[in-house]
Amino acid sequence: MRRSRQGIAKALGVAASAALVLSACGGGDVGKATEANKSDLAANGGQTCGDVNIALNNWVGYTADAYVVGEVAAKQLGCTVSYKNLAEELSWAGFGDGSVDVVMENWGHADLVQKYIKGQKTAEDAGLTGNTGIIGWYVPPWLAKAHPDITNWQNLNKYASNFATSESGGKGQLLDGDPGFVTNDEALVQNLNLNFKVVYAGSEAALIQAFRDAEKNHTWVIGYFYEPQWFLSEVPLVHVDLPKYTPGCDSDPEKVDCDYPVYHLNKVVSKSFADSGSPAYDLIKAFHWTNADQNLVAKYIAEDGMKPEDAADKWIADNQDKVNAWLGK
Amino acid sequence: MSATATDEKVKSASTATRAPVGRGPIPKWVLLVAVIVGWVVVWSFTRGQQILDLGGQQTTSLHESLTSTANHIQAATGSWYIALTRHIADALNWTVELLQSWVSVAKFPRPIPEIGWLGVVAVASWVALALAGWQIAILVGLSFASFGVLGWWSDSMDLLIITGITVLIALVIGIPLAVWMGNSKFATAVVTPVLDVLQTLPGFVYLLPLFLFFGIGAPAGIMATLIYAIPPVIRIASHGIRSVAPSTIEATTSLGQTTGQRIRKVQLPMARSTVVVGINQTTMAALSMATIAAFISSPGLGVPVIEALDLVAVGKAFVPGLAIVIMAIMLDRTTTAISERSEKLKRAGGVNRRMRFAVLGVAGVVTLIAVYLSRTYFWAATFPERFDYGATLAARVQSISDWVSNHLGTLTTGIKNQISNLILNPLQDLLANSPWWLAGIAILLLAAVVGGRWATLSTAICLAGIYRLDLWHDTMITLATTLVATVLVMVLGVIFGVWMGRSKAADRILRPILDAGQTMPPFVYLIPALALFSIGRFTAIVAAIIYAAPAAIKLIADGIQGVSPTTVEAATAAGSNRWQIISKVQIPMARGALVLAANQGLLYVLSMVVIGGAVGAGALGYDVISGFRQSERFGKGLAAGLCIVLLGVMLDRITRKAASRSTQYAAAKKTRRNPVTSVFGLVPQNPTRAPHGVAMREKEL
Repeated sequence: MRRSRQGIAKALGVAASAALVLSACGGGDVGKATEANKSDLAANGGQTCGDVNIALNNWVGYTADAYVVGEVAAKQLGCTVSYKNLAEELSWAGFGDGSVDVVMENWGHADLVQKYIKGQKTAEDAGLTGNTGIIGWYVPPWLAKAHPDITNWQNLNKYASNFATSESGGKGQLLDGDPGFVTNDEALVQNLNLNFKVVYAGSEAALIQAFRDAEKNHTWVIGYFYEPQWFLSEVPLVHVDLPKYTPGCDSDPEKVDCDYPVYHLNKVVSKSFADSGSPAYDLIKAFHWTNADQNLVAKYIAEDGMKPEDAADKWIADNQDKVNAWLGK
Repeated sequence: MSATATDEKVKSASTATRAPVGRGPIPKWVLLVAVIVGWVVVWSFTRGQQILDLGGQQTTSLHESLTSTANHIQAATGSWYIALTRHIADALNWTVELLQSWVSVAKFPRPIPEIGWLGVVAVASWVALALAGWQIAILVGLSFASFGVLGWWSDSMDLLIITGITVLIALVIGIPLAVWMGNSKFATAVVTPVLDVLQTLPGFVYLLPLFLFFGIGAPAGIMATLIYAIPPVIRIASHGIRSVAPSTIEATTSLGQTTGQRIRKVQLPMARSTVVVGINQTTMAALSMATIAAFISSPGLGVPVIEALDLVAVGKAFVPGLAIVIMAIMLDRTTTAISERSEKLKRAGGVNRRMRFAVLGVAGVVTLIAVYLSRTYFWAATFPERFDYGATLAARVQSISDWVSNHLGTLTTGIKNQISNLILNPLQDLLANSPWWLAGIAILLLAAVVGGRWATLSTAICLAGIYRLDLWHDTMITLATTLVATVLVMVLGVIFGVWMGRSKAADRILRPILDAGQTMPPFVYLIPALALFSIGRFTAIVAAIIYAAPAAIKLIADGIQGVSPTTVEAATAAGSNRWQIISKVQIPMARGALVLAANQGLLYVLSMVVIGGAVGAGALGYDVISGFRQSERFGKGLAAGLCIVLLGVMLDRITRKAASRSTQYAAAKKTRRNPVTSVFGLVPQNPTRAPHGVAMREKEL
């Protein structure tokens, strides 16, 4: 008895809400906006650019690339752009099932090229971004100024004791950062006979915080870093020269004794996206800009605290000529 | 718990009762000191030999073969299991997108989701009113409104969707499993170790494989969340079912009931409040894992937290983190209230029923109007920007954090160096720079002294596993950090636990702060911790303390509160001062709670190892992260994850054994508790206040 009355009350509730919810379709300012959207679509002849899934790797320079291309695709080509927060490896894996269409900034990754472009054939190269990437060892500017000779690796042992911390067991501490990047630093320390110990910061955030504090408090820090990187416009870290890179000097990971190569960053797209005939593909293939461009957008995001889409819109508005070149106008 | 473990309990109980009579001629602490002295002596001339260290970038053939096996499995794209998981993923995706189109993502041509913020707030409050009463309804309404005020409305809705779907699946799978386990010792013996592994294996180990099976985004996020969140409900519900009085079952069976009737009409209804506690625990665990699932692009509040981490922006990370805390507290209080209310309503009978239905009816009409408005007008649909204080709050928090790191930096560096040089480094030196066989033997002997025979056996198996996984040295470093963190957790636990246990006011002030410490995603406080303590193991320890100390404090507070007031009065009457009462009466009598707090503290600290790897603690935590980030390290990351599991099982078995020995002292006070709480023995009065299920929390389950 009690149960059935409860049941009736529930059924009534559901029915009433359903009636109201249905009746809500036409009216109000929301209804008008819906109609406007419908008529816009009809005016385009029902055509859209389609979906573009852009992987969003976790550094700000990448975000700059992704949102500039994404905003152009969304606002000037009418595509439906979605951004997927993913690490590099995962983004490539997403090419296979169409959940990722494009990786905007690829740092070499010979293993992934081998696996997905040559092996599974789910991805293909979409040309250079125009940015060059440098990986290496860096010190805060105050240190390079106070001890100019520190930027030569041969002098590092002289200063090793200044770099010692509670983590480095009496040796100098060499900070290594983002675990997503390949590093040869353990081998380098060994092969160059440096009195240092590699300490893994474990994240880019930790590394940046360490350099930020080092510059502010004039403490001794040396670590793995890379450019282009938004943080360099906040604290212009100084590159330490290791023995020059020559092709093949890093072929055996155990015996590396030279600096990192310069990376020419490129875009990678999924095979299915490349074959789809989407206008966004042509845009991405044509996309090309400089380190200065990227750093500017990255600065808007990281330092000025702008939302990535606003930062991208600002740059696009100031550089429509470059955008037009990508669009073939 | 398996049959053997129950036997073991009986045996240990008998030894414990015999021990005070003076069975062994040598006291336990003498044995402990002897083992440690012997260890240090041998270590002093073997130091640094055969320590099995492996560089951060190095792997062994075992790790390589794990990597290639994983590659092999995922390369089989045409296989039946990939097809199956893709179907599941499609179904999940469809469900998530449908729910998102209702509350968080506009579906073309509609410019906004089907139901706007006003409607959602109203519906949520109404549901809370119906299930948990008006106080909770107000709490829920305010919490939902706060998601808008903090500026993360749609991400909050996404997180609720992911959590909700996961909890639902967890119940569909978990309740039948729990019923099976409640009725079969065999099932319990088989399932329990699996649950242990699911709860201690770091999420970063299985995010990558799940992603390969279920694709990017919500489906893989839901599966990852499910893995982590399902054990509590299975454990707790099965315990509830097992605890139904055998006499009741015999009585009803003698009336000729079928198995189905027994389960549906007797066991489940009688275990109901315990089952709800299980659901609560699962919800809390789901909420914390759903945040980490943002690393595989699963929607929710984790996304802005992680984006802010990339920008090293504390303020920006704090605001969505705060929304998560509010959501966690809201869900915790709501599910707890539901379970308490179901009891109350049962007892109250039908007195206020008519009144209640009238109120619900009126509130229902108001709710429907709110839904209608939120579908029709923009002001009720999109949260008004002038009430959005997210950016202001972020800026405020950022400036506080900047001030703290600018002004306290030197002080904190001193603390860090003291603890690192005086405690951490020597301990790590002893553990990690002993030859592997020496450290192994020493740990086994310590386990034998503290935990007894069965704990020694578990320890031997775990150590063998760690040796086999080729990560001995890293595991010992992680163990040293874990132990130091646990000691600090216990120091805080005793100080604040005693305070909270003795003062209701302190309890009221501290409890919300402790809740926040447990539910705030660690990524939020990593940056300020880094600013204060810079990169290294100590920062990892700080992060672990923030997460683990609340659990220990609550456990100890509960133990102190459990000391019988008459005993305290008697001591006062006998002229003891406050210090004597604390040190001679309350702490000794809460000894069981203290040991249990150490057990829980260890496991909570261990669950932060991976987070520690992200701030420079290296060792196993770093191995797991780099395995997640680079596919060629996957095998090593998996091995490191398994080492964390083995370390967890080992430490749990040793401390749990010690806990069950000293529990004898505290056994009497269990009876004071309500039936739900006594399920957990000494676990906090409201076990749901310790969210984020860590494996093996419920020591008797």
